Amino acid sequence: MSRLSYAECSARERLAALLDAGSFHEWLPPAQRVASPHLAALGVPSAFDDGVAIGRARLGGRPVFVAAQEGAFMGGGVGEVHGAKLVGLLRRAQAAQTAQGSSQGECPEAVLLLLESGGVRLHEANAGLIAVSEVMRALLDLRAAGLPVVVLIGGGAGCFGGMGIVASCADRVVMSDVGRHAMSGPEVIEASHGVEEFDSRDRARVWRTTGGRHRYLCGDCDLLVEDDVAAFRAAALLAIGQGPRPLTLAALQAQQAVLEARSRLAQGADDATALWRRLGVTEAEAVPDLALERLRALRPLHLADDTGA
Amino acid sequence: MNWNDLATALFGADHAVRADGVFLSGTGQLDGRTLAVIGSTDHAAIGFDLALRQAQAVLQVVVDAPGRPILLLIDTQGQQLRRHDEMLGIHRAMAHLGQCIDLARRQGHAVLGLVYDQALSGGFITSGLMADACDALPGAEIRVMRLPAMARITRLPEAMLAELSQANPVFAPGVANYVAMGGVRRLWQGDLTEALRLALADLPAADERARDGLARGGRRLADTVIRQVLSA
Repeated sequence: MSRLSYAECSARERLAALLDAGSFHEWLPPAQRVASPHLAALGVPSAFDDGVAIGRARLGGRPVFVAAQEGAFMGGGVGEVHGAKLVGLLRRAQAAQTAQGSSQGECPEAVLLLLESGGVRLHEANAGLIAVSEVMRALLDLRAAGLPVVVLIGGGAGCFGGMGIVASCADRVVMSDVGRHAMSGPEVIEASHGVEEFDSRDRARVWRTTGGRHRYLCGDCDLLVEDDVAAFRAAALLAIGQGPRPLTLAALQAQQAVLEARSRLAQGADDATALWRRLGVTEAEAVPDLALERLRALRPLHLADDTGA
Repeated sequence: MNWNDLATALFGADHAVRADGVFLSGTGQLDGRTLAVIGSTDHAAIGFDLALRQAQAVLQVVVDAPGRPILLLIDTQGQQLRRHDEMLGIHRAMAHLGQCIDLARRQGHAVLGLVYDQALSGGFITSGLMADACDALPGAEIRVMRLPAMARITRLPEAMLAELSQANPVFAPGVANYVAMGGVRRLWQGDLTEALRLALADLPAADERARDGLARGGRRLADTVIRQVLSA
């Protein structure tokens, strides 16, 4: 079967190809025209879905709730409506989870977030900032209720800013080789501290700093896949099967220790290659060129799944 | 407002809040009750390490003093814009801080954010905005970016943005706009100790910011859209 590039798909193409055929039922579809009035006020073209599609679907027969951000519309930026759609989806999952066992019909086994975003949409920045924190709160409510949230990152716009933080709040993160996950984009850092600090045109370095391989080796990404929709589908199924990762005090203390250790190890390391070496990755220099299968075997065991799931 | 003046006004001169560089921590007494104080000063850039330091302080309160209220004092210029922090995964450290605050809330700690100087985007989103409620001093400054930068990046005329921001708080910086949008629960006027007492006595049990934004007229759509999704 020929490969379908996840990065080159639109949000809706991803939903169509990743989920069980014909299973996606959208809430607030474009026909309902729930768009951003703020963009209209600025004279900027708006979208009838405000850049995100949400709904319920099936994946491998399992019921899931799902959202997909469209990176081609305003860079996947979160505005008031866009953010509220994400919050609504998460709260609806929360309500279904809470009502579980009662007569109510729809109870998802997981929430899938296909994230592609530069973060807060600057045209409506204040509302976007608050919205992102509402998404975080709603997501953590879901985790506390024991419903797993799985994030997929592999779109061309990457996953940055507030949505980069949201992604790191999920139970599990799946990334592709070409996916990027970070906070501030290299262009922003270059504009702020100069080209010596971060040359945004140095693609190899950008990928070593923010790309899927780096995040996987550090343990920030749980599953690393090829840029292939079928591979994302398989990984999403696997991640859902692994179940929730409760955010207990012990789990957060362990996470604190892992992150503090990383910071100590990275002292004086100018490049991710040095950090990989210090983390115990053999063949660190070859990381960008290795086949993924080979790379997966290189991740230090203690940075892999800590729950034994 | 200077953090020490603020701590003195809130808890008296014998407060035990200390600064270590830009990191604030310690305790204060209010009506015979001990409050944990965690925060930053000097418009700190929140980098990987400072986020972890705040997270550790939150976890320590959860371990050492179950149920103790936590006051987050916010003064930040935003996230640290450095390649090293991106390499370390600053988004992960910030998410971790947000998760620690969320855990504290679930374990019965009242968590209150207070923007006492300035709060910018990434430095604020996983601290004050993750608390039960976030308040601000009237002189505080809250924004994602200033209008000139916004005009440059969005390629829209600054005059148009300035005009629109008169009527729509979504566009313009300013603490009053964040109140109108529900992001800030209230501004502290008058006696600060009394304001703190009032805030702690009246923390919302759930995230009510979208509803507040609708009621106050500053963010009319969020709550409506959330409801539409719930009933679709």
